[in-house]
Amino acid sequence: MVDRIADPWGPRTPYGPGERWPVRVDSFLSDGHTEADVQRWVPTASILHSNGDAMDIAVIDDRIVGVRGRAGDRINHGRVDPKDLYGWQANHSPDRLRRPLIREGGRLVETDWDTAMGRIVARSKELLAGPGGWGHFGFYTSGQLFLEEYYTLGVIGKAGLGTPHMDGNTRLCTATAAAAMKASFGTDGQPGSYTDVDHCDAIALWGHNVAETQTVLWMRMLDRRRGPNRPAMLAVDPRATPVAREADVHLALRNGTNMALLNGLLRELIHRGWYDEKYVRAHTIGFDELCKVVEDYPIAKVAEICDLPARQIEQAAELLGHSERLLSTVLQGFYQSNQATAASCQVNNIHLIRGMIGRPGAGLYQMNGQPTAQNNRECGADGDLPGLRNWANEEHVAELARLWNVEVDTIPHWAPPTHAMQIFRYAEQGSIKLLWISATNPAVSLPDLARVRRILANPELFVVVQDLFLTETAELADVVLPAATWGEKTGTFTSVDRTVHISDKAVDPPGEARPDLDIFLDYARRMDFRDSDGNPLIKWTDPESAFEAWKECSRGRPCDYTAITYERLRAGGIQWPCNDEHPDGTERLYTDGVFNTDPDYCESYGHDMSTGAELLPEEYKAKQPGGRAFLHAVPYQPSPEVPSDEFPLLLTTGRTVYQFHTRTKTGRATQLVHAAPESWVELNPADADRLGVGEGDLVRVESPRGVVRGRVRICGVRPGVVFVPFHYGYWDAADGAAPGEGRHDRAANELTITAWDPVSKQPIFKVAAVRVVKEADSGGRPSPAPTVGGPAPLDGSGIPATVGGPAAEAPSRGE
Amino acid sequence: MHLAHYLGLLHKAQARLGDAFTEVGEAHREEPDVFHICEKLAAQCRQHAEKLEPFARRYAEEAPKEPDRLHSELFSGTRTGPIGLLRDLQDLYLMAAECDICWTVVGQAAYGARDEDLLAVVKSCEQETAVQLKWLRTRMKQAAPQALVVAD
Repeated sequence: MVDRIADPWGPRTPYGPGERWPVRVDSFLSDGHTEADVQRWVPTASILHSNGDAMDIAVIDDRIVGVRGRAGDRINHGRVDPKDLYGWQANHSPDRLRRPLIREGGRLVETDWDTAMGRIVARSKELLAGPGGWGHFGFYTSGQLFLEEYYTLGVIGKAGLGTPHMDGNTRLCTATAAAAMKASFGTDGQPGSYTDVDHCDAIALWGHNVAETQTVLWMRMLDRRRGPNRPAMLAVDPRATPVAREADVHLALRNGTNMALLNGLLRELIHRGWYDEKYVRAHTIGFDELCKVVEDYPIAKVAEICDLPARQIEQAAELLGHSERLLSTVLQGFYQSNQATAASCQVNNIHLIRGMIGRPGAGLYQMNGQPTAQNNRECGADGDLPGLRNWANEEHVAELARLWNVEVDTIPHWAPPTHAMQIFRYAEQGSIKLLWISATNPAVSLPDLARVRRILANPELFVVVQDLFLTETAELADVVLPAATWGEKTGTFTSVDRTVHISDKAVDPPGEARPDLDIFLDYARRMDFRDSDGNPLIKWTDPESAFEAWKECSRGRPCDYTAITYERLRAGGIQWPCNDEHPDGTERLYTDGVFNTDPDYCESYGHDMSTGAELLPEEYKAKQPGGRAFLHAVPYQPSPEVPSDEFPLLLTTGRTVYQFHTRTKTGRATQLVHAAPESWVELNPADADRLGVGEGDLVRVESPRGVVRGRVRICGVRPGVVFVPFHYGYWDAADGAAPGEGRHDRAANELTITAWDPVSKQPIFKVAAVRVVKEADSGGRPSPAPTVGGPAPLDGSGIPATVGGPAAEAPSRGE
Repeated sequence: MHLAHYLGLLHKAQARLGDAFTEVGEAHREEPDVFHICEKLAAQCRQHAEKLEPFARRYAEEAPKEPDRLHSELFSGTRTGPIGLLRDLQDLYLMAAECDICWTVVGQAAYGARDEDLLAVVKSCEQETAVQLKWLRTRMKQAAPQALVVAD
């Protein structure tokens, strides 16, 4: 038995390069149940992070009692993340929404489905009647719905209502991954495979605290590190995360300076001849321009901008330069920071100039933050067209019009789909009048929350919220629809390495809660959306028929699902593209160095990296990419907000291993709540001394936008930087006030700035100027921060370790 | 040689465009992308003007009197609201277009004057002006349907 709270990563199973990662089956059954008691095992995968770990749900008497990792699955070989071991218990939470709610006299009251849907449909029809009616609708979805749900909503929005205002909170987590891959390789789609960990000789983690965000992937990396011929490891992160502590080289750079660092590293690689001239010549465009731009970033200058020792930057370049099979992974430290897309493209550039892409070990993950983010991007319920199609390519739009049997001009294709922050801006200005939010909680997760609350609370805006619980966002809605969740509905989703899993229904949802797919189908039926022949626009009726419809949409595109079936998925995950040509799926993309940049095939004609200005089709064609990848290069520019005398510190926000997103689920699973019950503020000892603050003291963090209070953890975050986790909102705030009424001083996003990357439009959560003021003494109590992960206290602090105790004990079985 | 007049025209147009970018950005702070990018582009325009200054000074020594109606007035303050934003960006577009064509003209003259240094400045700056135009067009395309068809 392992206490997976005290040890989130469990026992090591070391292995060497090229060997198969050993199986280790993790499980957790509640209430003393044993596997022998289980009546049904139902296949699924994780929806509490983006790794896509496959598992089975254990069912006794039509009730979920636990989970067990799938030994045979290619992604996790049986392992399960602690959030998944315990998080399913939230399904049984007594405060699940069981009936629809509508706002009456300022209060939300229970009602039936007919009344709730009737209200939405009446408002929709009223709005749609006038000229430009399409423009009054906005949809804000999630990274946690299923493929079938995104696709259905995508068709409703794009071919039914005809609105471009659809995006997901994927904008906050993976928009930059998609943008960087489109820019470099022509389309979205991860080049690598998780098996690259098995083969690599170096791992570079760019702003990616994988130990806490995708624990199973980290287990795989750690197992390689404990085995023979271990891979070298580079971490780029301003915090002393478990990854940083494990790494051979840790660059704790100043937030917001990734671009300068990458320019310096590329210059060094090029100067020392550590690049593959033949590959560059045959498979890339833009090398001369890249050389010209990075030339301006000698190590001494980079050391100054990033506030790093020059020798460390050299060591990092050597580590990269000496590798033969480099695996890179990129996440929020890049995506949610300054010059997000440009810096992420520079990571692509390292792989491109070294020819390290498309072969075992030479892999690249432009990581996702959320479990089904990839599907939102593929299916077009966010700011993309379905099937990774290019909105500026008339033939791509015509394909969709033929598939859906609607007029081409019904599909909004005159400008890029509206990104999330702009959707909220239109709502603020009053031109979007109906905002439908599903499976996400913007009242905690968007930047500058005071503004977000103001927008959602405006009586002129009709807000529909579809969720499991009465979240901080649902509190502000006009109609709340109770949704079924993982384990209560069937659908599919796709991990970072393009592995598609099925998640089957194990039990019924509580009360009258319905699967999100059924809600969307019901809306389409009531709205009576028709195709050009007068037949219903949406011709499918359940998850499997929705999946079959999606397969047709994906045909011939990079994310081709045509040879995947529900039946095949029940036997295990399959990597797309999976079609007649690749009936068993495809482990790696670009194995032949031919990229998706052909003008007729690519997903985007490209942008200017510093302004986001779009290139025209002719300009793109003139580059004659012919299957070559683009090497983008831009100079470093400082963040929109930098420290000042008034706000001398830099805020970065992030995650703990024990919580997911705004804790809608993980905040309702006892073991996870006990491990990380309350928000905290991380400070470096030098900053703490200067501020006269000690461990556990209550401080106020202030930015030009708001105030957050929390108790201090003194730890290894870099000097000048303050870290606050973004998970904590108000539904369980200690002041006992109803959400929306209490003090708004807990959510990190009270402080963050409304600004975004010019290309990916991903908000900048990692760079805001703040000051810290002490409010009260600790009284001898340490901070509520866990001692595991980023907030690990300094050696010798004497702070009691975070443990789960008997309630968290879980079996971990080796081969 | 009349090159000085066109250098003066471009110099002034760049300086004015820089100021207009700042003003428009400030006036539309509620559109964070407009605010932040206008700020960046304003700085870029000022750099362009600075780079032109030594050439303007040098050629001014051999220039006859400035011709009539050399300069044009394209910007007379910012507006508010979604349509105001569109119109303000359109002003910037026209001003940037003036700079763009001036770079072409000055570049041609630099060839004629066999002035490699001036040509180098033109080549680097005219690309940035072209991107400014593209950004303005991109942002206006995005804003136009909502502002003109949807908004009350």
